[in-house]
Amino acid sequence: MTQAVDAPAKSRAQISERTLRKDPWRRAPAVTATLLTIWVAYATVHVFLGRWYWVPQYHYLTPFYSPCISGSCAAGSSSLGQWFGKVPSIVPYAVVSLPFVLGFRLTCYYYRKAYYRAFWRAPAACAVREPHASYSGETRFPLIMQNLHRFFFYVVILISVLNTYDVVQAFRGPNGSFGFGLGTLIMGANVVLLWAYTASCHSCRHITGGRLKHFSKHPVRYRIWTLVSKLNAKHMQLAWTTLGTLMLTDLYILLVASGTISDLRFVN
Amino acid sequence: MGEKVTLKIWRGDAGQGELTDYRVEVNEGEVILDVLHRLQATQAGDLAVRWNCKAGKCGSCSMEINGRPRLACMTRMSTFDPAETITLTPMRTFPVIRDLVTDVSFNYAKAREIPSFTPDPSVKLGEFRMQQIDVNRSQEFRKCIECFLCQDTCHVIRDHPENERAFAGPRFLMRIAELEMHPADTADRREIAQDDFGLGYCNITKCCTEVCPESIKITDNALIPMKERVAGRKYDPLVWLGAKIGRRPRHDTPAVPGGKKS
Ligand code: SF4
Ligand code: SF4
Ligand code: FES
Ligand code: FES
Repeated sequence: MTQAVDAPAKSRAQISERTLRKDPWRRAPAVTATLLTIWVAYATVHVFLGRWYWVPQYHYLTPFYSPCISGSCAAGSSSLGQWFGKVPSIVPYAVVSLPFVLGFRLTCYYYRKAYYRAFWRAPAACAVREPHASYSGETRFPLIMQNLHRFFFYVVILISVLNTYDVVQAFRGPNGSFGFGLGTLIMGANVVLLWAYTASCHSCRHITGGRLKHFSKHPVRYRIWTLVSKLNAKHMQLAWTTLGTLMLTDLYILLVASGTISDLRFVN
Repeated sequence: MGEKVTLKIWRGDAGQGELTDYRVEVNEGEVILDVLHRLQATQAGDLAVRWNCKAGKCGSCSMEINGRPRLACMTRMSTFDPAETITLTPMRTFPVIRDLVTDVSFNYAKAREIPSFTPDPSVKLGEFRMQQIDVNRSQEFRKCIECFLCQDTCHVIRDHPENERAFAGPRFLMRIAELEMHPADTADRREIAQDDFGLGYCNITKCCTEVCPESIKITDNALIPMKERVAGRKYDPLVWLGAKIGRRPRHDTPAVPGGKKS
């Protein structure tokens, strides 16, 4: 005679701990939150300061003020002209580009991961229970807007061209002829890395080739996709490196423009 | 005779249970599964553990080791401090059958919902030709051993069981990506990926990638490319405009049984 056995009730193991992890899982989100906060605080202060963004004798313009379109911009700093009259610096001088650059980084797949983990804590680390009662991810407004990342990518390509133009300008000395200094090199390195970051974008990977079903029918796009994919594997590193170089470039120009240090000139 | 290690193991069924301490011998070169087998042989004959290959290939021995979703047969004892207590619990996202064994049928149900491979009906059997570069992407996803550790760790369902209906989980969104990228598949699964399988719930925080024992780049190579494809279908302003003025033909989208479109 067999004994009737009740089917096991379908319920999860009732473990009340938020996590049983013992490794230092708190460290990574804490480091991310700290670095992002420092960066945003620094950038916000300088963007709204309205000073020390331009070194007239060497034609150094910080990326935070490019293009300088405000009527309040210093003479010679406005590569695309001045679009309106004098306004207080509460309107950032590069008001046409900054929202797009910011939108690009905010909707970037890597930064999304970084701030969802570090600030929203959904999840702070893997297998650590998140603090929210409900979760709809990126299915609703406002987070559904993350799907517009590609659109920011297109605009940022144009802004990167402008940043490149700014570096070319920085190859001029005080009398207008060829010359460069440490500032030029810092600006140049920053722009190269910005291009690498932009090219390594997941949307770029999709647009250049990822969207295709048959790579064999598109050999050129396949090669481009392969290159972008290699860069894409380093997207996180590029995201952090470019935050670093952006801050360094801006800080260097700020220090030279304010007269705190003088630029190290190599030629002219 | 080897050293002894302290294990804290979740024992119980139907959600009722508790952590029980054991002292078990460990020998050089062993993995967690070896120690569990010794525990079964010497002290706890009724301990339930699921396993098959002991080679990281069958995906049976998934559990949580010190809170981290892992394969018991691929977790070496030498990675722990000999004095440390090792905590072993069943996968938290799935109902417990007994001890360390969970009921993973959620995953099979999700697998069945996905519209299967849909080749062009005009191509006869034996006439398919495809090049290696066209299948490389899909092949990465075929390394999956269906251990369901990614499903277990994904916070969308781990922390919010109410999302289980709407969200298929990384393993099955990856299956959709595999078919989408397959050179001989003709169906367009972009709409259903978003509407019926919950791709939008994923917030690309990469825990699935972190735990995958096959080191599949689930997030970078399957989920994000799928999100981009869905964006191209549903959220690209240029595509949207094109569809509005009727320039672009609408693709067919297979219906999912019980899904939003059926
Ligand atoms: S990346 Fe997406 S699918 Fe993977 S664990 Fe995170 S939320 Fe889940
Ligand atoms: S994708 Fe990786 S973690 Fe997920 S079931 Fe497959 S092998 Fe396991
Ligand atoms: S810039 Fe990070 S994914 Fe596009
Ligand atoms: S027993 Fe097969 S994967 Fe561990």
